Parts: sequence; structure tokens; C-alpha cells
Amino acid sequence: MLEVRDISKSFGGLKAVDRASLDVAPGEIVGLIGPNGAGKTTLFATIAGFHRPDAGTVSFESKPITGLPPHRICAAGMVRTFQITQPFAGISVRENIMVGAYLHTADRRLAAREAEAVASLVGMKDQLDQRGADLTVAGRKRLELARALATGPRLLLLDEVMAGLNPTEIVEIVGVIRNIRASGVTILLIEHVMQAVTSLAERVYVLNQGRMIAEGTPASIADNELVIEAYLGHGAARVLRA
Amino acid sequence: MNRTALLCGLGLAVTIAYPLLVPNYLVTIGMLVFFTAFIGQSWNIAGGFAGQTSFGHVVFFGTGAYTSTILQVTYGWNPWLAWPVAMAAGGAVGWMIAVLSFRAGLRGSYFALITLAFAEVFRILANSVPFTKGGLGMLIKADPRPINFQFKDPIWVYYLALLLCIVSLLIAWQLTRSRFGARLVAIRENEDAARALGIDVFAEKVKVLTLSGAMCAAGGTFYAQKYLYIDPGIAFGVDKSVEMLLVSMVGGAGTIFGPLIGSFTLMGINEVTRWLASVVPALKNVQPLSLVVYGVMLILIVARLPDGLMSLFRRPTIKANSRHA
Repeated sequence: MLEVRDISKSFGGLKAVDRASLDVAPGEIVGLIGPNGAGKTTLFATIAGFHRPDAGTVSFESKPITGLPPHRICAAGMVRTFQITQPFAGISVRENIMVGAYLHTADRRLAAREAEAVASLVGMKDQLDQRGADLTVAGRKRLELARALATGPRLLLLDEVMAGLNPTEIVEIVGVIRNIRASGVTILLIEHVMQAVTSLAERVYVLNQGRMIAEGTPASIADNELVIEAYLGHGAARVLRA
Repeated sequence: MNRTALLCGLGLAVTIAYPLLVPNYLVTIGMLVFFTAFIGQSWNIAGGFAGQTSFGHVVFFGTGAYTSTILQVTYGWNPWLAWPVAMAAGGAVGWMIAVLSFRAGLRGSYFALITLAFAEVFRILANSVPFTKGGLGMLIKADPRPINFQFKDPIWVYYLALLLCIVSLLIAWQLTRSRFGARLVAIRENEDAARALGIDVFAEKVKVLTLSGAMCAAGGTFYAQKYLYIDPGIAFGVDKSVEMLLVSMVGGAGTIFGPLIGSFTLMGINEVTRWLASVVPALKNVQPLSLVVYGVMLILIVARLPDGLMSLFRRPTIKANSRHA
């Protein structure tokens, strides 16, 4: 469904992403993990069209989308959320979600109905009339999810939707993400909360210093020496084993 | 909703009856309220709804005024026919400025400054090219017949201004309930999120500035036909830009009635201060007093009511919306 091949992206002298590749098949939940500063968000932004890659290609459903602007990629059926939530602060949750729903209809009533349906899917039914600015962190994360879903994507790129949530909220949002997948949406997610990744993702990619260092099931990743060293430092794997 | 409809009907009845009941002097003031509300609304559509703050909106106003006046004076066109051409010219200038500045990625205060620069360039050009008659300005021959877009009785100018104002209110109302309007608000609130959700931010911004430019140009022609004279200072002077921005900000940028309420308030201040200066000797030397009051008012509004006077009425509106949405 999504094929990322040898994507590189530098900012000035800093190589944020270095020949990273990944694949997502229809119906999967795939995790992308890595220590802070590994280049996960940059890779996401490049896939979604917010950055133009220096090299490499991205194709979505076998069509090349490398270098297309974000709105075209969104219209093609792939949408991203932001790690730092970007609500439309001055308008209501309903109107926020409607902006996404307007991608496929110009009809206001239809968009409003769609917004309400999506809101109940992510558990925001009671907050429809609150302003974007008045939401809690958990509320904003859900709103990110809801707006993106309202565009009717086939592939959803989630950038740390669980960061900053408490354990109860995480359990809730894991449920929401499962429901989304069950409704037929494929998901690629960046996550720091390991417990969430292991419980959600079938496959995990590990990015470190811009390079893809490992790929596999969550269990095999947790055993991988390179991964352990990337997180805990050089020599850590040997110490742990001893 | 019913209450809003009732209020609108009542407002319409009052504004239609008003010029029949007051002396000509007050009819003209009423006309100016609606005219300023109209050009203010043209600013509000781009600056308020879409958040593309312009300091040089007068560039569209002047383009409209000069286009229709040149067609009329130099080429003998009927002004009614020249009017849509003037609007098209204003729209074209809006399109051009939008394409140039948004392609270059200008946002916020940079965009505001570039619009100001465009207005100044147009003013200087109007001062120096031959077909605008330069600094002499252009005089439209007085021939007060409706077919000439000139009226003997100020009441008809008043009604025309009222009609323009109503049309602009309807456009703004349409924005609050259409996809285009929702996208403009999304762009104002957060451009990156708007792009991620499939909005072609560049195209929408170009569209709104074209629309806004065409509207504002319609106001330029109206003004030229009312005063039968324009020169570069009148048509492209920075004070008209400020006026459009001020009425929207004072009334409430991004709201339907903001420019009208702002225009009404500022015109009221104008008249009251003029009267005060004529009766209180100590104020005689403070000229013009209205500017002092505007300044104080703007500071107060920015500090205490950043959403303008409309926010005083906001609460019931939000409730009404949520019940019917």
C-alpha cells in the first residue's frame, strides 16, 4: 500500500533521514519507533508531502507521490496527524472535524453529519460544541485523530498520539485505534510508549540517527541488539545479557 | 434563528424608512455608514475570515475607481457597464497580488506590508502615467440621471449603498455556512493543519483575495460616481486602507456584522466629535478630534475585546448555532 524507498532528507549539514525504506500492507498496523531525534517525524513529514525528499521515492497504492504537496496526498487517501497538536483553536470541535469532512463533500449538512459520526468513533460526541482551544491534551489528540479520519483516508499516519496521555487515556485511545483499523483503515504510527506499540502493531520499524536499523515483530525487535544499544547506549546489550 | 430573522427584518425596515424621515445631511451620513461597511466587508472577507491581513486594500478600491472613470471619461462608456469591468479589474489585481505574495510564501505581517507597498506603487503610478491624468485627477461630467449612475436625490445613493451593504452581508453569511468559508477559517486558524487535511491553501487564498478585490473595486466605482472626482491621493491613499481595516477590527473581524457595526460606531464617533469640537472651545484646536478617539478606542478594543464589539453579542449566537447545526 505504502512503499518508501531510500528516502533521504537533510537540513543544512544535518542528515535527518538517511536512505530509509519501509512498507505498509493494506490492513496492517505498523509501528515506527526510535530514540529522540532519530528522524521519525521528519520521515513522516516527508512521506506526507510537507518536506520534499533530497533522494528516494514514495508511492501510495502503486502511484508515485514523491514531492506532491500535502493536500494532493491527503486527497489521494493518506493523511497525517501532528505530534504537536494543531487544533483550529477558535472554532468548535464540530467545525474542526467538518474541515476534514469537506474534502469529499461541499454539502454542509452532510459534512456535519459525518463530523458527528467520526466524533462518536473517537469518543468526542459530548465535546462537539467545545472550542478547539478549550480541549485538554487528551481531547486535542482525539481531535487530531478525528479530523484526519473525517477526510476518509485509507492510510492514517499517526505521530505520537499517545504522548502526554495518562495510562487510562492511553488504554482508551488504543481501543479507538483498534476500532479505526477494524473500520478498514490501515495505520502507520510513530510511538514512544512501548507498551502501546507492542499491543497494537504487528510489525515495527526502528529508526536511529536517520537510518532504519531493524524491522520485525515487536517481540523480535525487543531482543535486537542494535535496537537495545540505540536506546540504552553502546554496550548495553552485553550488560543486559550478562 | 427566528429571532435573528426577526431582527434582520426589523433592521431592514428601519434602514429603508430612515432616509424618508430625516434631513438630507443625515441621509448622506447613513449612506457613508453603509458604504464604509461595504468596503470594510471586502477587507473582512480576506482579513477577517481568511486571516490574510492587508494594509493596502485601497489598491483594489483605486483600481475600481480609476477603471470605471477612465472607461467613462476617456472612452465614453456608460458607468453602469463600466462597473463590472472595474470589478473584474479589481479581482485581477487581487489575483496578481495573491499569486505573487503567496507563491513567495509571505504570511502575516510580511503579507500586510507587501499589500501596503502595492498600494503605494499604484498611487505613484496613478500620479505619473498619462492615462490617469496624473496628479490633476479625473473629473466626471455632472449629468445627474440614473442612466449615468448619478442621482439628484441623495436618497437613491443611500439606497444603492444599502443594497451594496446587504449584498456584502449575504456574501459573508454564505461564507459562514459554506465549504469555501470553512476552509478560509481553517487557513486562518492553522495553515499547516489545513494543508494536512487536504486544503489547497494557496488556491483558496488566491480565490479569496480575488473576490475581496472585486468587491472593493465595486466600492471604488460607487465612490467615484458619488463624488464625480478622483485623484491618486483619494483613490490610493493609505487612509482608506486603514478605514476598511479599522471598521472590521472595531466591529469584529471574521464576523458577518462586524464591519457594519464598526462602520456605524466610527461614523457616530466622527459626528459626535465634530459636534463636540464646535461647542467646547477647549477642543477646537484638537483637530481632528475623531482620530484621537479612534486611537484610544482601538487600543481599548485590542486590549479588552480582541474580537471586536461583536463579541459583546457573541454568547447567544453560539448557543443558537449549536442548537441548529
